[in-house]
Amino acid sequence: MTAVVPQRPTGGRLVDQFEYGLDAPICLTWELTYACNLACVHCLSSSGRRDPRELSTAEAEGVIDELQRMQVFYVNVGGGEPTVRPDFWHLLDYAIGHDVGVKFSTNGVKLNRERARQLAATDYVDVQISLDGATAEVNDRVRGTGSFATAVTALENLAEAGMKDFKVSVVVTRENVGQLDEFRALTDRYGAQLRITRLRPSGRGADVWDQLHPTQAQQRELYSWLLANGDRVLTGDSFFHLSAYGEALPGLNLCGAGRVVCLIDPVGDVYACPFAIHEQFLAGNVRGEGGFQRVWQQSDLFQELRSPQTGGACTKCAHFDACRGGCMAAKFFTGLPLDGPDPECVQGYGESALAARDLDLVKPKSHLDHSHTGPVRGQPTLLGMPAIPAKICDESPLAGAQLG
Amino acid sequence: MTPAAPAADAFDPALPWRRARSVALRPEPFGALVYHFGNRKLSFLKSKTLVSVVETLADHPSADATLVACGVPEVQRPAYVKALADLARSQMIEVRA
Repeated sequence: MTAVVPQRPTGGRLVDQFEYGLDAPICLTWELTYACNLACVHCLSSSGRRDPRELSTAEAEGVIDELQRMQVFYVNVGGGEPTVRPDFWHLLDYAIGHDVGVKFSTNGVKLNRERARQLAATDYVDVQISLDGATAEVNDRVRGTGSFATAVTALENLAEAGMKDFKVSVVVTRENVGQLDEFRALTDRYGAQLRITRLRPSGRGADVWDQLHPTQAQQRELYSWLLANGDRVLTGDSFFHLSAYGEALPGLNLCGAGRVVCLIDPVGDVYACPFAIHEQFLAGNVRGEGGFQRVWQQSDLFQELRSPQTGGACTKCAHFDACRGGCMAAKFFTGLPLDGPDPECVQGYGESALAARDLDLVKPKSHLDHSHTGPVRGQPTLLGMPAIPAKICDESPLAGAQLG
Repeated sequence: MTPAAPAADAFDPALPWRRARSVALRPEPFGALVYHFGNRKLSFLKSKTLVSVVETLADHPSADATLVACGVPEVQRPAYVKALADLARSQMIEVRA
């Protein structure tokens, strides 16, 4: 099938232009590895184990060369835990040396004092430490025992090294949405900036979404909080579905998948968005002929995504211009039609759509799962599984010791 | 890294301007995307004429002269001056010494 490329209007609002796509992405996420030391319950990419087909160092350099040619001025690097790749620091320098700035997300596991000093001395790099609770109690339930302490140590190291403008990145959940002011106090303490993003039912997030996504009442509170504090907090424009409450939130109120956003995964597969790791949103692979540029500019999937939505229930809603139907991935992984309401539609249409789903509907599931197969140290307790002590002596100084 | 740009209210279209040296311009179907490597700000030029204006600022004795050379109709000049003032505020263009 060949996609019919719709006619782009001349002039008008930027948001309308963005619907027709760009020659290169503005916001490109590149997950360097599926390997991770943690096993967060809501991991969007179901990470844990390294994929043996991971891009080699030379292939990753090739991708960076291409991004430089396409003038992709910066990439959001994630994983998995990107810093566990042995060539991570090399690739960071290589990208910066080729005019591709790097913003990377990490749980902090490798950010010792030496690395913090190195980062503070490097221009054109941004660090985001992931934290999903302002207290160890709330954070470690979803990210695992000891993960709060690891993140805070990394924050201390960065602050001590004089790193400027680093971020604390929070996925907003039912359990931490009441801690937004505490998060702000925590980031202020380290001279960091707070970034909050929306929980999606992607990857392992699908398993915990019902339990963790904010309630309608919490969404309303979040919206008020964002209106009051939005200028001092980053959101990656991820809460645009809340704009249907009335006032538009700052940033791009549009699903950017395949239009201004995409994901390159660790094996070089290109998906429409980081939250859409599923065959249906797979546009191609950077290893193919023509590389990333060809996938971005010519794949049938991305061409199809680059047209304004004209049909479906949402287009008849008075708030359609505010939220544009919400998040594609959130709809897809909850089994809702892509031209219908977002499952968290603030007008309540999502809840009724969820309730109206066929009882034997099988929700789409990613073909990929790199989750750890065995128990993980300090694994999250949210799912009710017994925690494995991070260290043997966490329970009893003599537990497991071979005496005598 | 970059010299401080004059404040927006100080934007003077009679002065010689140029695209700032730390700024890259990426052509797009609607115009262009501009990126400042120093302050990491991203801006958009929403018309191809504005792209030509920004690209040729350095070839003319003033911003005003650039607008004339690029064929910007008289009636649209205030809108272009405002767009240039915004670009000056975000340090995307700078005064030539």
